[in-house]
Amino acid sequence: MTGAKRTSAANLFFALCAGILFGLGLAVSQMVNPAKVIGFLDVAGNWDPTLAAVMAGALAVAMPAFRWVLKRPHPLFGASFSLPRRTDLDARLVIGAALFGIGWGVAGFCPGPAIAALTTLAWPVVMFVVAMLAGAIASDWFTNRR
Amino acid sequence: MDNFTPYSGFVGGILIGIASTLLLFANGRVAGISGIVGGLLSPRDGEAGWRVTFIVGLLLGVFAYAFAQGRPLTVTIDTSWQTMAIAGFLVGFGTRLGGGCTSGHGICGIARLSARSIVATAIFMLSAIITVFIVRHLGGA
Repeated sequence: MTGAKRTSAANLFFALCAGILFGLGLAVSQMVNPAKVIGFLDVAGNWDPTLAAVMAGALAVAMPAFRWVLKRPHPLFGASFSLPRRTDLDARLVIGAALFGIGWGVAGFCPGPAIAALTTLAWPVVMFVVAMLAGAIASDWFTNRR
Repeated sequence: MDNFTPYSGFVGGILIGIASTLLLFANGRVAGISGIVGGLLSPRDGEAGWRVTFIVGLLLGVFAYAFAQGRPLTVTIDTSWQTMAIAGFLVGFGTRLGGGCTSGHGICGIARLSARSIVATAIFMLSAIITVFIVRHLGGA
């Protein structure tokens, strides 16, 4: 990010627009409702494949669109694309994903829907999000001291 | 499968895909929620502004949907708040350690065919399916 301001008004505006569309998508698809997500994960129960339809819709757009976007030299408002650089598989990725899956299965919430569901001000949702932030801080602490 | 809502699911997915594309196209950033929120926890970052506006937008999007529907958003949670807190901790710890969640790995990562994201998504899906089976069918929790 040489020469340019790190975050411009345009960056804030497009982040807001992207957030609005993302929130709408979570609400329209009902992924904000943990019962809907657990219905997908419960393959031995009354299976609800909706989450697969959501991923299909998202990937139908993002797969071709990302190919096109990443061929451009830089983003519209910014010096460079900020993408994860690592390509190797390591224990942190595997253990992290496995632990995330346990929490996701128990609650039916992943980070996006949990934050979206904060709009209900329901106590279990608030507890989930507070604990989620604590978990992220604990993970950073754990990673930094090793 | 009487509860399957394929059309609203697919349309919602398309909106999420457009949102992710817009953030990458305009700002060059990945729309991974755990990463966007997690980045707010490290004070040196200097990128707090767009992260906060994205989250504000996300909440506005949910409010806009509720307004259009004419009723507030409702969620069905049959899990105690204590269990929700433990689950939340695991989700926060796991997504931070594993470098992403359903949006970052599952959508943005898979969209650019990242091997790490494909492996992570397979693992958290499988882990969650096994967890639900244990909790809902083997009488745990």
